[in-house]
Amino acid sequence: MATTTAPGPVPLGERLRRTWETAPGLYGVLATVDHKVIGKRYLVTAMIFLLLGGLEAAVMRVQLARADMHVLSPEMYNELFTMHGVTMIFWYAAPILSGFSNYIWPLMLGARDMACPRANALSYWTFLMSGVFLYTSVLVGQMPNGGWFAYAPLSEPAFSPGYHMDFYVIALTFLSVSTTVGAINFIATLFKTRAPGMSVNRLPIFVWGTLTTSFAILFATPALTGACMLLFLDRRFGMHFFDAALGGSPMLWQHLFWSFGHPWVYIVVLPAMGIISDLIPTFARRPLVGYTFVAFATVSTGILGFGVWVHHMFATGLPQTSVSFFSAASMVITIPSAVAVLSWVATMMHGRPVWKTPMLFAAGFVVLFVIGGVSGVATAAVSFDWQLTDTYFVVAHLHYVLIGINVFAVLAGFYYWLPKMTGRLLNETLGKWNFWLMFLGFGVGFFPMHTLGLLGMPRRIYTYHAGLGWGWQNMMITIGAYVFAAGVLLFIANFFWSLVRGEPAGPNPWDAPTLEWATPSPPPPYNFAVIPTVGSRHPLWEDRLGEGTGRSVLDRGPVLDRGRDTFGTSPLDAEPEEILRMPEDTLWPFFLSLAVLVLCYGLLASFGWLSLVGVVALFVCTVGWLWPKPLPVEP
Amino acid sequence: MATLARPYELPLNPAARDNPGWWVMVLIIATEAMLFVYLLFSYYYLASMARTPWPPGGPPELGLIIPNTILLLASSGTMWWGESGIRRGAQTRLRLGLLITLVLGIVFLVIQGIEYGRTTLTPHSNAYGSLFFTITGLHGAHVLIGLLLNVVVQVRAWLGHFSAERHLAVTNAAMYWHFVDLVWVAVFFSLYVTPYLR
Repeated sequence: MATTTAPGPVPLGERLRRTWETAPGLYGVLATVDHKVIGKRYLVTAMIFLLLGGLEAAVMRVQLARADMHVLSPEMYNELFTMHGVTMIFWYAAPILSGFSNYIWPLMLGARDMACPRANALSYWTFLMSGVFLYTSVLVGQMPNGGWFAYAPLSEPAFSPGYHMDFYVIALTFLSVSTTVGAINFIATLFKTRAPGMSVNRLPIFVWGTLTTSFAILFATPALTGACMLLFLDRRFGMHFFDAALGGSPMLWQHLFWSFGHPWVYIVVLPAMGIISDLIPTFARRPLVGYTFVAFATVSTGILGFGVWVHHMFATGLPQTSVSFFSAASMVITIPSAVAVLSWVATMMHGRPVWKTPMLFAAGFVVLFVIGGVSGVATAAVSFDWQLTDTYFVVAHLHYVLIGINVFAVLAGFYYWLPKMTGRLLNETLGKWNFWLMFLGFGVGFFPMHTLGLLGMPRRIYTYHAGLGWGWQNMMITIGAYVFAAGVLLFIANFFWSLVRGEPAGPNPWDAPTLEWATPSPPPPYNFAVIPTVGSRHPLWEDRLGEGTGRSVLDRGPVLDRGRDTFGTSPLDAEPEEILRMPEDTLWPFFLSLAVLVLCYGLLASFGWLSLVGVVALFVCTVGWLWPKPLPVEP
Repeated sequence: MATLARPYELPLNPAARDNPGWWVMVLIIATEAMLFVYLLFSYYYLASMARTPWPPGGPPELGLIIPNTILLLASSGTMWWGESGIRRGAQTRLRLGLLITLVLGIVFLVIQGIEYGRTTLTPHSNAYGSLFFTITGLHGAHVLIGLLLNVVVQVRAWLGHFSAERHLAVTNAAMYWHFVDLVWVAVFFSLYVTPYLR
């Protein structure tokens, strides 16, 4: 391997910094395309949505703490549980994982940015602005109120007057722009911008997770977009898609929604499972057991996820053959899930686990994954499901899945990667308190929901009578939920503590094996001064493992310092094929998102002229964005 | 990997297939195609659930739509003709190909408009009417986007932006146009042909 580190009058790092750094001031804030800045913004924004959704839940838990309470009106309760579900599932659970992927992917893959940095900025701005649009409904007192899956005919104009569900359909369609752009960018990045030698059999599992998710997004999100579009046409233009009286069918909504909805479950858990699969080896001090199986399990879960949507519809009177098929298909998913669990447990058993906070969260994650999986198998069995559908058992199951498999992995990810992002270690003592508060609070708060569901407590009721005997368990749930919330707040406190008092992390505080730990903490704007060449799955553990035939080269190699350059590599073997000169900072993504926001308000208010302004602005921004810059000139 | 020693001997931002911009267009087409899959699923689902004869007012007339379909398919041919021209550096052929495609696309939309005007069906009549106008209307919107792409690429073609080596924008616009035409084949088969197959 030859070197090309020609020392110029200005040191290499300084030259690269000047090339890659975002301009200071407001322009830089709005125009940056640095994946690390965008990733951090995603994380912070999604955490704010987590707090908003948590606040909504906290109010609901006060209402339900005892029988016959009247803190909230029934209407207000409907709005709160809808906003809680929509916020958590759409504006927290997937975007937070996009945040991690945005920040970590290029570092893990040994590249200097994502393949489409400006599209990356667009996906963040549309995420933010769709959330702003959704929360406008709070300001005008018209929050969505039909549940997060907005079943027709309840969401049809006859039964849902006002703007409530219009906010829902427009905001979700807006968000799907962000999700789709992000997914396209991840796939293009995987295909084009990796370090030489980062072939597909060396990709970290987290990358496999986000990649599978991105394909699922491309194929599933149009079902939601289409469904929302049809509902909007029913509501505003007097069409009849879901109107049984004129040839439509409310069942069509359910089919479209769950064709999207079930793949979405895997979209919000597969990257989280990937975080755990990459984190456990670091703290178990050995490579992941069964890497290839886990990678295949990830992809096959994503594919199987498209064939199980009817298990959300067992109680709708579908033919026996149909529900039996979907019941069987749903049970098949236990196989790849079990592969992943066995791999995590085996990795811990055959390693020498170091019980730092990230590892605690990872272990908690595995426990909750198993419990949530078992209650999932229960609801996949048709006869069982008929007893439990629309009860608190389902609420318990979905929270075990979404909190257990998403939030616990996210917290593990934060404790693992925040030192990389901020350069400061978090406090271990606070971290352990954080974990135990969240883990025990979660158990106390959510396990009783199973038994309440078995006792017959329906979901989405705003109160219940004292004579039903559900009071003490509900009080327990409320207490547990508040302990859990205290844990989340302790994490935020720990984060701010680390910024002020945290120990400097150094490049690799956990002695981890993957490429992101080869950069300083926090990484410079250009990520890698020299582009690494990857020779194995664990570039930083090669001295000890002696696995594989190749050796990674990290400290010398191609520098690519003539512009914002990175390698364009071949899809499978990551052979360098070309130099990609990445785009400069630009305001177009920001303006384009603003144009979409204007269009959305125009559609909401039925102001034709405002919608037209939005569409024209959208066209102008698109052309402005795509109009070619002068071709890069070779010096 | 000898190239690592002298990385700048590799081509810089080549406008080739499998460049990031090309992948973006392929993936946009994939996700857009799924949107039509779900809409056509809705059509077949409601058709299969209908308790009254489907379509409610009898099958749609084919008089205008068959020539219109042929016209749109022909526009894919002219687009291909123009694009294969620029691959050999033939500027005039590219400009002409784009221009004829643009005209054919506009004529398609006009005939579609005439078709809308002639039918008594409305989007408000029943679920079939809603489906018919939503699916054909959304396809029409995609034709319009294809035409806007064509206009932008056309302006650039007349400015002489493209060469035999660098014409990714043409390739992308052409791919999108072929996609719009293929979607029309699926829409045409579902909405106009299947009602006669019984």
